[in-house]
Amino acid sequence: MTTIEAPAAPAPAPSGQLTGAAPPRSRLFFVRWFKNPWRKPRILEAITWIYLLWSLLPVAIAVLFSFNSGKSRSVWQGFSWRWYWKDPNLSVWHDPDLHTALVHTLVLGVLTTVIAVPLGIAFALGLDRWRGRLPSFWNIQMLLSFVVPEIILGVSLFFVATQLPIITPLQTGTWGQVIGLVTFQMSYPVIIVRARLITIGKQFEEAATDLGASALGALRRVLLPMLLPAIFASAVLVFADVIDDFVIVRYLSSGTDTEPVAVKIYNTARGAPTPALNALASLLLLASFGAIVLGYLGYRFLTRGEGKSSLGSFAGQL
Amino acid sequence: MTAGTRRSRWLWPGLALPGVLWLAFLFVVPLYVVLCLAFGTIDPIFRSPVPAWNPADWDLSQVRFVLTHIVGSDGIFGPAIERTVVFVVLASIGCLAIAYPVAYFVCRFGGSRKGLLLALLIAPFWISYMMRMLAWVNLLQDDGLVNRALSLGGLFPVHVSWLDGRPSTVVMGLIYGYVPYMILPLYAGLDRIEPSLIEAARDLGASRWSTFRKVTLPMSKPAVIASLLLVTLPMIGDYFTNDLLSGSPSTSMFGNLINNAIAVPAQVGAGATFLIIMFVVLLIPMIYYVRASSRAEGETV
Repeated sequence: MTTIEAPAAPAPAPSGQLTGAAPPRSRLFFVRWFKNPWRKPRILEAITWIYLLWSLLPVAIAVLFSFNSGKSRSVWQGFSWRWYWKDPNLSVWHDPDLHTALVHTLVLGVLTTVIAVPLGIAFALGLDRWRGRLPSFWNIQMLLSFVVPEIILGVSLFFVATQLPIITPLQTGTWGQVIGLVTFQMSYPVIIVRARLITIGKQFEEAATDLGASALGALRRVLLPMLLPAIFASAVLVFADVIDDFVIVRYLSSGTDTEPVAVKIYNTARGAPTPALNALASLLLLASFGAIVLGYLGYRFLTRGEGKSSLGSFAGQL
Repeated sequence: MTAGTRRSRWLWPGLALPGVLWLAFLFVVPLYVVLCLAFGTIDPIFRSPVPAWNPADWDLSQVRFVLTHIVGSDGIFGPAIERTVVFVVLASIGCLAIAYPVAYFVCRFGGSRKGLLLALLIAPFWISYMMRMLAWVNLLQDDGLVNRALSLGGLFPVHVSWLDGRPSTVVMGLIYGYVPYMILPLYAGLDRIEPSLIEAARDLGASRWSTFRKVTLPMSKPAVIASLLLVTLPMIGDYFTNDLLSGSPSTSMFGNLINNAIAVPAQVGAGATFLIIMFVVLLIPMIYYVRASSRAEGETV
């Protein structure tokens, strides 16, 4: 506002003189638009849409080329289901290498979710209510296992499996992968359930125990039903995260038949892959999104009547 | 009643016990195994690692070998470490430069499209990292769509080998890979700022820019730091982005050193040493993150 009086300005605009305080109006449309304090944030909006395009278009193109009728992954030769099941040798359906990878990925997803989620819920409840120094030590361990780079966890478990083969039950192979994944994923349900426990508070449980319920009864009949949405959201999260996992499953795989999709992609992407690899990746994507859509619908069902935007709170859970 | 309270006293530790045992045997013990391998020796005949289980027997030769080969004339590991720092810093800055405006826009101006925008922002989370890299391998190959687009459909011959060990491709891949993990925590942090504070600043005459600089930015600092950590920690351990988008030793990073070392039995000790170095270097940021997130938990009580 003081720039009007600056000697560098040769002749203040008349409108500026009249009101005394308004900044000089530029004749350039762009400058005028930019200086309007209530303009719409067009630049930010453009950045957002360009980012979304950049982030999603490459994947969309990769999915598109899984339907290519030729072998190329960059020249469109017409639509076909060739790489899904039509091709007698190279399609996902007929190449045992590819479909075992897909089945193995889903098996790992289910097994890990089934183990990690109950383990995590019990751990969360225990850590939350158990008083003393010990639980806070284990809480820190749990959070450390959450932030530690996956390569540190993966390689250390790989060492356990390969360097002390006799004394540990942890071996490379499907169960080794599940054990490794549970270690890495357990913290998700713990963090989500603990956050929900804080918002629930203690009053419901106290009311139940005042009315004569035992601690276990209050837990089973009051707390667990209230935790159900959080439990459900964490199960979806764990499943979707496991089927995309790469580092741990690669180090703990025992051969080609325990290599999930992500490892298959890693091994062949720089070789001479056919669009069948894109088809395999697209099927995994479909599984992921299927889990999320089911998860969202289930979450909406579980939280019906809570009167909050369920997409927002579902996203908040994730 | 006393029997009941006694039982409930053991209820919570009992519930935590399986998780405690799991973490002890599969998180803490494996880290000890890494130490024993790093401070172990190599069998002179079979060239296989011999772990030293007792800390009294720890041998420093493998650790010394690694530490003396980082800097100086025979610093064979130095360049990869240097490169990791440069790549991770560049990629983190790139991530923040993209993530902050996007999260800010969706949070403050998303309006009725907020749900759609959030769904689109979350989408990359559910796409396998490997698939997202595969998508770029497809686009950037020599006859890929990027070169095709640059040559305007064959008018100007463009022959850029994007996947031939270019640092720029690797940094782009890291940004592409990790940005989604930054946007959501940033969004959550920005969403927690009371809109009334921003309105007050605007009502009192602050311009949009000074409101941002004096209100929003300082208040979002914890979220910025947390999201930076959330992105840089896994990036430091990343080796697959490099393998897929470059594959050349000229761009290899710290993660590649570890991944390559543990594939050779005689280098397992060196690999374990790298792992310890990484863990020690990252311990302070990790503990910072852990403390910050448990503090945030405590505040909401």
